[in-house]
Amino acid sequence: MIRVQDVSKTFTLHNQGGAVIRVMEGAMLQVAPGECVALTGPSGAGKSTLMRMVYGNYLAASGVIEVGGVDVTRATPREILALRRHTLGHVSQFLRVVPRVPTLDVVAEPLRALGTPAEAAHAAAAALLRRLNVPEALWRLSPTTFSGGEQQRVNIARGFAHPYPALLLDEPTASLDAANRAVVLDLIDEAKTRGAAILGIFHDEGARNRVCDRCVDVAAFCPGRAA
Amino acid sequence: MNSDRALLSVRGLTKRYGAHVGCADVAFDLYPGEVMGIVGESGSGKSTLLGCMAGHLAPDSGQVIFDTRAAGPRDILTMSEPERRMLTRTDWAFVHQHARDGLRMGVSAGGNVGERLMAVGARNYGAIRARVADWLERVEIDAGRIDDRPATFSGGMQQRLQIARNLVTGPRLAFMDEPTGGLDVSVQARLLDLLRGLVRDMGLSAVIVTHDLAVVRLLADRLMVMKSGRVVETGLTDQVLDDPQHGYTQLLVSSVLQV
Repeated sequence: MIRVQDVSKTFTLHNQGGAVIRVMEGAMLQVAPGECVALTGPSGAGKSTLMRMVYGNYLAASGVIEVGGVDVTRATPREILALRRHTLGHVSQFLRVVPRVPTLDVVAEPLRALGTPAEAAHAAAAALLRRLNVPEALWRLSPTTFSGGEQQRVNIARGFAHPYPALLLDEPTASLDAANRAVVLDLIDEAKTRGAAILGIFHDEGARNRVCDRCVDVAAFCPGRAA
Repeated sequence: MNSDRALLSVRGLTKRYGAHVGCADVAFDLYPGEVMGIVGESGSGKSTLLGCMAGHLAPDSGQVIFDTRAAGPRDILTMSEPERRMLTRTDWAFVHQHARDGLRMGVSAGGNVGERLMAVGARNYGAIRARVADWLERVEIDAGRIDDRPATFSGGMQQRLQIARNLVTGPRLAFMDEPTGGLDVSVQARLLDLLRGLVRDMGLSAVIVTHDLAVVRLLADRLMVMKSGRVVETGLTDQVLDDPQHGYTQLLVSSVLQV
């Protein structure tokens, strides 16, 4: 479902004398449907960079990144938007939303974008928020003023609202208490059972061991090592 | 209408002011339901480009091809004046930065919205008034203000009224010039929310010119970065903002104050 083939990444800093920073070379990995693969490696090794490239948020310098048959490195913006709408979900560490939009609408948004009627989308969103223990009193409020843990759960609810065939999870259990952490791990297990291919970053070792089938150490893709 | 066919195709659009380049050789395709942001500093040519596309300025060369309901793709630059005027009343909307430029200040709020319906043939007073009241509600203006003149409205309300006036005829394409510029941030947020909902529910396509990168991140699917009249970078909005490739875009992104 997700295939990363010989991918490299450079940053060219035009305003600092055109310095070229090579951050990744020869990245390889595959995630099959129903599988959860963890990216590991020390901070700065490029876990987030690789994940961002898979999402189409960073441009790869070379190589192929296939998600559900679409090569993200060559796809047009329009194709990537369609891929993100239908196929590729993403739970990031940051919640970026239009201020003032109620939490329930934020979570229902991915379903609404796929044409689900408002009522059904809201029902699905409410079920997820309830499961993630976000108090109902908060649903009509914008999540911009929520605590870190609450925002994290809103983000997770939104990421799991539509049953994406492929999912990217960036630290999904960070800043969660034990009870909510368990809910998130259950959601991941359920997504695997329905056949989702999941690529994630988990600093929480216990969480990683429970849901991940394999680890890929991104330190192996550091340019210095290959050269 | 066909969602696989571009709603708007711009080719080689160029406008010079004497020796000065307004915009040069701009080309892109906009698909139904897509929102494209155009960013750049003052003087980068983004407003000139918008003016040329919307028919307010005559470009020196290029094509602006719109997928019309009646006759399919047509170059609006070669259309007759009445044809183009009809298009701007029905399928196109233009939201000015200053609401005063897009409203008739001497006419009531209801009149501002209703006259657009009359321009496309609506005649039944009761039906028009009901449509207008519905639209005022959609843009969160109290229906009790329907007979008040926009001069008595706040800046944010005027802007929302301008949007209602523009969208009441159900256009397929909206051009917006700094639609949230000059508004308080809380009012901006409300407007962003409104625009997002309208884009989703009406399947509206939009071209939004702004210098506010936070606005394009939340509203635009795609981004075009302009400098000195030329497009220096295009791409998916979050990709251009998070991994800018051109030196100018890198400078633009790194110059934004973080909040």
